[in-house]
Amino acid sequence: MSDIAERVKKIVIDHLGVDADKVVEGASFIDDLGADSLDTVELVMAFEEEFGVEIPDDAADSILTVGDAIKFIEKAQA
Amino acid sequence: MFDLTGRKALVTGATGGLGEEIARLLHKQGATVGLHGTRVEKLEALAAELGDRVKIFPANLSDRAEVKALGEKAEAELEGVDILVNNAGITKDGLFVRMSDEDWDAVLEVNLTSAFRLTRELTHPMMRRRFGRIINITSVVGVTGNPGQANYCASKAGMIGFTKSLAQEIATRNVTVNCVAPGFIESAMTDKLNDKQKDAILGAIPMKRMGAGADIAAAVLYLASNESGYVTGQTLHVNGGMVMI
Repeated sequence: MSDIAERVKKIVIDHLGVDADKVVEGASFIDDLGADSLDTVELVMAFEEEFGVEIPDDAADSILTVGDAIKFIEKAQA
Repeated sequence: MFDLTGRKALVTGATGGLGEEIARLLHKQGATVGLHGTRVEKLEALAAELGDRVKIFPANLSDRAEVKALGEKAEAELEGVDILVNNAGITKDGLFVRMSDEDWDAVLEVNLTSAFRLTRELTHPMMRRRFGRIINITSVVGVTGNPGQANYCASKAGMIGFTKSLAQEIATRNVTVNCVAPGFIESAMTDKLNDKQKDAILGAIPMKRMGAGADIAAAVLYLASNESGYVTGQTLHVNGGMVMI
């Protein structure tokens, strides 16, 4: 697993207070991990801070799963 | 009750009469207080008088970059703002049909837009810490209207709407957002009224007296305290019964 994936998962686990084994790449923040819309905004802001990337609103709207977040950040940092 | 020990508060417009009373009371209850204002000497004098647990933050709220910088600086230097009191406000009165764009814009910018921007800077850290108290000082005229103050009344009514929306968005994060709406308060401005004007005002107030800054500060203290944790999105009217809503 890449370093980025590790760090993304850690943020999700810390922020949402969910079990690590639930935070898989296919997990949807809202449907599987119990996030509300404010959680998703906070997660995006946490990713921006952690990785020093800017995630515009339209991109943020398309980040629905843990894997989406990892892919977006990997691409932004490439 | 109402102990603020360990809390950090930022009060805008702390060199004005009302802001100063609010800052003094929050400080007295144990909070570390950040004083914002435009007049550095006045800020320094008040800070010197209060002694420990005080920092000053001069900034011009009509400059958007300065508002952002104020939020960042206060968050950093106070090591997390728990209580934000958006108190700063200006008036540029005039009858509506003669009101200039400049007077409209200036009042909306300082009273409403700067409060939005400063609150936005400080809300996210409050959400993260799962605690916050945001208190917006509006006015009874934001609800009733007042001839000659279309700009001011619009800004104060806008504050109430913004308070209610934000309160709903962040309630689950234990951050409350409320307004305090003063009625007529003794100040340099009301001192200038003649007896006839004063009688007319007092005639409309069931308590037959103007409010004091301390009356408003006490309402702010309640909304800043742990004890008001279940109160959000509200406007607390402190007006001697002048308007009952």
